[in-house]
Amino acid sequence: MLEPRDANDLRQIVADAVAAGKKLELSGGGTRADFGAPRDAAAVSLAALAGIVDYDPAELVLTVRPGTPLADVQALVASEGQMLAFEPWGDAGATIGGSVAAGAAGSRRVTAGSARDHLLGFTAVSGRGDSFVAGAKVVKNVTGFDLPKLMAGSWGRIGAMTELSLKVLPRPRLTQTLAAEGLSPAAAHAAMACALGSNADVSAAAHLSRGITLLRVAGFAPSVEARCIALPGLLREHCALAKIDEAEAAPLWAEAMTGAQLSGAVHWRIHLPPRRAPDLLAALDPLGIDWAMDWGGGRVWIALGQADTRVRTVAAGFGGEAALVRADAAMRAAVPALHPRAPGLAALEQRVRRAFDPAGVFATGRFMEDAHADPLSA
Amino acid sequence: MSIAMPALDAGTLAKRDRIIAAMRSIVPGEGVIEDAASLRPWESDGLTAYRQPPMLVVLPETVEQVSAVLRWCHAENVKVVPRGSGTSLSGGALPLGDAVLLGMGKFKRVLAIDYEDRVAIVQPGVTNLAITQAVEARGFYYAPDPSSQIACSIGGNVAENSGGVHCLKYGLTTNNVLGVEVVLMDGEIVRLGGPHLDPGGLDLLGIIVGSEGLLGVVTEVTVRLLPKPETARAVLVGFPDPESAGACVAQVIAEGIIPAGMEMMDRTAIHAAEAFVRVGYPLDVGALLIIEVDGPGTECGHLIGEIARIADENGAVTNRVSQDESERMAFWAGRKAAFPAVGRISPDYYCMDGTIPRRRLPEVLRRMEELSQKYGLGVANVFHAGDGNLHPLILYDANVPGQLDRAEEFGNDILRLCVEVGGVLTGEHGVGIEKRDLMPEMFTEADLTQQQCIKWAFDPALLLNPGKVFPTLHRCSELGRMHVHHAALPFPDLPRF
Repeated sequence: MLEPRDANDLRQIVADAVAAGKKLELSGGGTRADFGAPRDAAAVSLAALAGIVDYDPAELVLTVRPGTPLADVQALVASEGQMLAFEPWGDAGATIGGSVAAGAAGSRRVTAGSARDHLLGFTAVSGRGDSFVAGAKVVKNVTGFDLPKLMAGSWGRIGAMTELSLKVLPRPRLTQTLAAEGLSPAAAHAAMACALGSNADVSAAAHLSRGITLLRVAGFAPSVEARCIALPGLLREHCALAKIDEAEAAPLWAEAMTGAQLSGAVHWRIHLPPRRAPDLLAALDPLGIDWAMDWGGGRVWIALGQADTRVRTVAAGFGGEAALVRADAAMRAAVPALHPRAPGLAALEQRVRRAFDPAGVFATGRFMEDAHADPLSA
Repeated sequence: MSIAMPALDAGTLAKRDRIIAAMRSIVPGEGVIEDAASLRPWESDGLTAYRQPPMLVVLPETVEQVSAVLRWCHAENVKVVPRGSGTSLSGGALPLGDAVLLGMGKFKRVLAIDYEDRVAIVQPGVTNLAITQAVEARGFYYAPDPSSQIACSIGGNVAENSGGVHCLKYGLTTNNVLGVEVVLMDGEIVRLGGPHLDPGGLDLLGIIVGSEGLLGVVTEVTVRLLPKPETARAVLVGFPDPESAGACVAQVIAEGIIPAGMEMMDRTAIHAAEAFVRVGYPLDVGALLIIEVDGPGTECGHLIGEIARIADENGAVTNRVSQDESERMAFWAGRKAAFPAVGRISPDYYCMDGTIPRRRLPEVLRRMEELSQKYGLGVANVFHAGDGNLHPLILYDANVPGQLDRAEEFGNDILRLCVEVGGVLTGEHGVGIEKRDLMPEMFTEADLTQQQCIKWAFDPALLLNPGKVFPTLHRCSELGRMHVHHAALPFPDLPRF
């Protein structure tokens, strides 16, 4: 494990690896290491690049080093009555840099955006071993290409962040969950679509396989209370909504957000047009699945007992993309973690990766499309 | 007029007739414009100080035509400048004398609306406002609202990552677009994203949005629709000076309120606007804030009360809450008319667009006043206070020799100041040609090289919208074998500027 103490160390490590023709795997807390194919690249831990660089709550901007524990960052902004609105999540030990690089977003993503929407700027070391800056430390900026979009969710394939600036937002003063029971996936989707399409400002909507539908209402107390009174009426044709205690709601939301509790050794995450989610579930039902719907149906977690790649082809048939998020090493070695791209798009992605990393020092084989899309590696 | 465009390519001009014939074979009928008189209306965009008739204009109607035009131009080494409605304030769509101007105005159809999933699929020539008009009967709207929204196209919005007065709460274009179909310079058609969230892989959609027409030509856009808020209310607050108004803005946000809009005007802008539209702005204040909240009625009522209290705590001298929709619109009428209003007090004005950390506002305004005296030109300030996006309007008279150049220099100094205090060159108008030569103020050579490597990945021959955004076009010589291959492309005489 290589452990750079600062950006200079990191530049040297990358330059050395390029010179030696070696591969580097960028790592935060290592909590998502089981995503993607097994690989033997040298790990570079960014954990020592930690700490808050600048935080002025009134500016809505937080600048932090990537190895800072996610929990520390969330505690810091919470202490100022703020939050990372994309609701990043991870296991204990997850870092802010790793969470952004994984594009990990919670249930609020459906209304508040993902990591991509909140990463304002960064400093990074490219695959050339150069430090570069992209974006900025203000909330509104269109100067130059929007490289932060590429960095969020890039899984360490275009550069090693040494500093990142995130947009922060006020934390809702009150959060209340409304729940309904006994809905089918189709009825739940219709109810969630009605709620998210209403002007009652529902910030998250999820549905669990045991028939529990969740709607989140957040904001200032008088507004939350008024909306919690209005929503059952708005949705009366869909379901009977009732307030539930937040202590009871929190683990339910966690289930919907992570899919981690689902029974089955193999987990998939499918992003698709929400209206297709009920039919997707019906089509996958014969495989013996457990599931959870988040984002009003736009994100579906699927768990099953066997290494069955039909999940991916079925998802594609419903306009979706399936990522393999949990499987044994043998399956991960055989099945790409990310949904395969169309050939033209795969080639374009590959050119963009090479724009940051011409030698492929960050192309560790973790995402097998690297090899498939690269005519030069043959 | 200090910004130089690339030297004309004699080889391209020499084969103009052949180019016209080829374009006519792809886009029949009136879709190719080539006579001098008809080219004249296309000679500039919203940055009207710069004018250059294009070599010719091509107006395709289908994605296949766009692809064929680009493929032919790519093979023949002919430059292409894409154009939406031509409302760019930074010269992003300024034609080149040796380039095809590719107008997307005929892509006018709303292709699909899905209210349940809250998305619309539209062609790029649909205007920003037309999207909202297509869905408002069902209680939805498209959130980004640049001031040119009756004219600007969604394709142009994608290119420029356009904002508007509501983007503190609702985001810029990039936060409201889910997918695009885009044609690359070599004619390849790719789809990025679609009617769902977060496709896997690299976020190429994110890099297309805001790429100012340098990476591809957008032929279809999937946008997010939002439910129209139940109510909107505005409060008009006057302060003795911009410092106390700025302190009010900071406290509103610190207390957890993200208004739908939070606009500030300085004394010059207030007087110009009031003289123009007479909406009852107070004239004895040094700064005016319009703070708008939207959402459920209960929430708006609560927040308006909170904002009034915060305003008082920061020394507000006037404080009016809109009592009905017409009064709310009246509050906005002055702000929305601020640019033409300034146009009445000065023969010409030059609109700037920097963003600063809000805490630096008093210092920036003070130094802007010093610059105003140094250059002998007035300045009116209108800005999106919530996100620190300044729009100083520099007052000048183009008929007075030297004033335009002085106005440009003044503007450049303002933008340098924005960068110096930790801000950026442009918050929403784009770099275009206007701020192109200032890019090194904000980015190092290494930063700019990295951005240009993206350009190479999409358009290695550098044919799409050249002369924009980057002060010099580099080859990414360190890019390894693939790009070494491209560096040996058969265009060694490609102009560098």
